[in-house]
Amino acid sequence: MSTLAVPAGSAADAGLRPVPWRRMAGVIWRQHRVALVGLVALLGGLTVLLWIVGLQLHHAYAAATACHPAGSPACSEADLTFAGMDGFLSNGIILQPVPVLIGAFLGAPLLAREMETGTFRYAWTQGFGRWRWALAKLVSLAIAVTAPAWLFSLLLSWYYQPYFATGNQRLGLTGYTPFFPGLYDLRGPAFAAWTLAAFAVGALAGMVIRRVVSAIAVTIAIYAGLAFAVGTFLREHYLAPLVTTSLNLPGSAWILGQWWTKGGTVPSEAMMRQVIDSTFQPPVVAGPAGKMQAYDTVLQYLAQHGYTQWTKYQPGSRFWPFQWIESGWLLALSVLLIAATVWLVRRRVV
Amino acid sequence: MTEHVKVLEASGLGKRYGSRWALRECTLEVPAGHVTALVGPNGAGKTTLLNLAVGLASPTAGVVTVLGGRLAGSPAALNGIAFVAQDTPLYKNLSVVDMVCVTRNLNRRFDQSYAKARLAELGIPLKRKAGKLSGGQQAQVALTLALARRPQLLVLDEPVAMLDPVARHDFMDTVLTAASADGVSVLLSSHVLAELERVASYLVLLSRGQVRLAGEVKDLLAAGRVASLEELALSHLHENATEVAQ
Repeated sequence: MSTLAVPAGSAADAGLRPVPWRRMAGVIWRQHRVALVGLVALLGGLTVLLWIVGLQLHHAYAAATACHPAGSPACSEADLTFAGMDGFLSNGIILQPVPVLIGAFLGAPLLAREMETGTFRYAWTQGFGRWRWALAKLVSLAIAVTAPAWLFSLLLSWYYQPYFATGNQRLGLTGYTPFFPGLYDLRGPAFAAWTLAAFAVGALAGMVIRRVVSAIAVTIAIYAGLAFAVGTFLREHYLAPLVTTSLNLPGSAWILGQWWTKGGTVPSEAMMRQVIDSTFQPPVVAGPAGKMQAYDTVLQYLAQHGYTQWTKYQPGSRFWPFQWIESGWLLALSVLLIAATVWLVRRRVV
Repeated sequence: MTEHVKVLEASGLGKRYGSRWALRECTLEVPAGHVTALVGPNGAGKTTLLNLAVGLASPTAGVVTVLGGRLAGSPAALNGIAFVAQDTPLYKNLSVVDMVCVTRNLNRRFDQSYAKARLAELGIPLKRKAGKLSGGQQAQVALTLALARRPQLLVLDEPVAMLDPVARHDFMDTVLTAASADGVSVLLSSHVLAELERVASYLVLLSRGQVRLAGEVKDLLAAGRVASLEELALSHLHENATEVAQ
């Protein structure tokens, strides 16, 4: 029977330096390689899909913009080809869950599985030390999910570029503002920041709930609630909105509210409705073009009769400041959540 | 390590979960160089005491130090203690060789050649996932990883409770070899008294969260005028039950 080569222990042990941080790299890789390979497979698959569809989209866009003269049947055809492409990707809904999937399936099980299977009793009694173990894992994996997400968002930026290019109004598009809810957080650093936040929410939920499946479910619920609240209530307040009386705002503006005034007072909505209804019959010309014409006529009539239309909006040029503001506070939130998780690991409650 | 060093010292140690004290006013000294058996009925506080000793739990009251005054759970203490928890948890989806690498990376000291040689001796395939090993093999892997850290104190929580008699015997043999040949102090909890008879030279008897009896087995047997550890433990537990009843 083999025996231990060195007799147990020496008094000098007490002064030993801690196990170096870099030793955690091998531990993390061995334990999480399946999840990390899964992450790369998911993003890789989506990359191939977006690349193939994206090339066609960019090709159609180039054909439509290069077409002369603009009104000719051939050019209308090219416009329609572009506008009719990739209906399943254009609103971004399919890609919206990507950050939370990454966060929930990598973040939530990280500590929940240790607690559920009892392996924390092994991990936290090794020489590395429990809080250093937790910090090393959380920070490394946070970077390991955020970096690919950031790369992926570069691809998404490229993919969606035609929708936001200047001069695309001509192409009969719906006039996407860069703040369009489904696409805003797919382009730019916000995508990576949301992925990081989902991971951090998952890690904390896993440590608190200590059950893998429940932690994943709770992570998805919290993320969905947070994303909805930010998109609906918070984002428009990042910078004070602009107010204008101009009637032709560019399509890139994010319109937050519109109201009328006459002689310094704000007429009630009911009153405005009455004025409009009494002056105009329903549009004579059927179809969207007819409605648009009628709407323009109403605006002109009201302007001539001393009404002023006010519009509160965020200009499209604020896309990047808004991206950095959102990424910044999400990063701060993630750091706080990860710190809280490490603190929970350190506080010994077993 | 000499006999004078205490591998475990507790003073006024208490741990409360909610309103229930799992362990209270526990004052105890365990000298080095023994295989110490921590015995007592289920719920007596054995696991709580071990969790406090290895630093998994923190005390509600009092202090516990290990290996001659190192605060339980401190880096210095973790360097000198190896712990095998109840049901010998391993990462089920990692292979045995991965578990060896992970444990080596997580510790300052790790005797890889010992680990490899011992696993080969046990006939445990290195490439197999830990979750696919038998209960006895998993326990042996966990013990091998713990011993390869060359601890001064090996702490085992109910190590053989889930094992069949053969695996139980083999496991205890490995523990005894480490204790006798390499001078590792061992602290193990069990409610299987018969198994401890063979291995323990020091006894700590816990009941209802308090220490009832502690001392060297040979002294306790002589003082109690009983022939076996089992008899000694049972007589004390019965005495205690009678006291409580009165």
